[in-house]
Amino acid sequence: MAGLTGRFSTVVKAKISKLLDRAEDPSETLEYSYQKQMELLQNVKKGLADVVTAKKRLQLQSQKLEQQVVKLDTQARQALAAGNEDLARTALERKSAVQTELQGLDAQVAELEGQQQSMTENQQKLQAKIEAFRSKKEVIKAQYSAAEAQVRISEAATGVGEEMADVGLAMQRALDKTENMRARAQAVDELEKAGAFEDLTQLGSGEDDIDRQLRALSSGSQVDSELEKMKAELAAGGRSAGELGSGGEAPSEGQSA
Amino acid sequence: MIVRIATEGQYELPDGETTAQLNALDNDAVAAVEAGDEARFVELFGQIVAFVREHGTRLDANDLRGSDVIVPPPDTSFEEARHDFSGDGLIPD
Repeated sequence: MAGLTGRFSTVVKAKISKLLDRAEDPSETLEYSYQKQMELLQNVKKGLADVVTAKKRLQLQSQKLEQQVVKLDTQARQALAAGNEDLARTALERKSAVQTELQGLDAQVAELEGQQQSMTENQQKLQAKIEAFRSKKEVIKAQYSAAEAQVRISEAATGVGEEMADVGLAMQRALDKTENMRARAQAVDELEKAGAFEDLTQLGSGEDDIDRQLRALSSGSQVDSELEKMKAELAAGGRSAGELGSGGEAPSEGQSA
Repeated sequence: MIVRIATEGQYELPDGETTAQLNALDNDAVAAVEAGDEARFVELFGQIVAFVREHGTRLDANDLRGSDVIVPPPDTSFEEARHDFSGDGLIPD
């Protein structure tokens, strides 16, 4: 077969015969290769663990931000009930900013979730492949020690060599992907170390930078409409003094800290 | 004919018509790579992999026969296929 597969077959087979030519003792080579595969599989597992850790960290962060949203909403209502519209507006502006960050965070969590799934599948496939190789390796080792017809052994060695090269290729591709994902997981780490998340939950603590001011501008209309809604709710429910209207989802101060 | 899908496993395909069909798909895939047509390559390469899976019987893990043909890994990208043609294979040394 000429085409793509023909070219690919030729390359693979050339590598295999090089591999087998170098081997003095086939069973030793096969054993070494198997050990190597197991080691590499551990690396793939480690990469997966990193992704899971990064995802959990982001989820925790997301929960904190959600609490922040609830808290800011409660504060806005309280401020409005107390007649301080400016304070209520500030709280709603912060809430809007936190919600924007929350969306970004949730998208990242979803992405990591997808990566985790594909890595888990990949790992399972690799494990099955290594198992298949182990099985083949045992068959050829038995044949080799029995010193049967030399021709049959070399034919079988080609088959095992092919499997060995193939596991190697699968492993290499899995590791490449793992490295990519690891880099992403590390980026999350770095971000957290740099205090990006801390900063974000303490938004508007007095020193707004340009970015935040711009964000405040764009969220301005949303804040306005929310403020109006809150006022209307207060007016409707405001017959019984001291109550905070229908914002039932807000927990107490202590919980959200 | 024994066909291996790299990183996946070996399949036995009946010789004759089936092999000819696979060969035709393979040649079309090469043409797509040479024409720089990524979409067409992705489509054809997907068809090749699906064809082997559909028409072939999985070989037992203890089967020690070598393959007649090796199909590149199912997740081979267009770039990799191009690279493969320039001589440097996908297989590391």
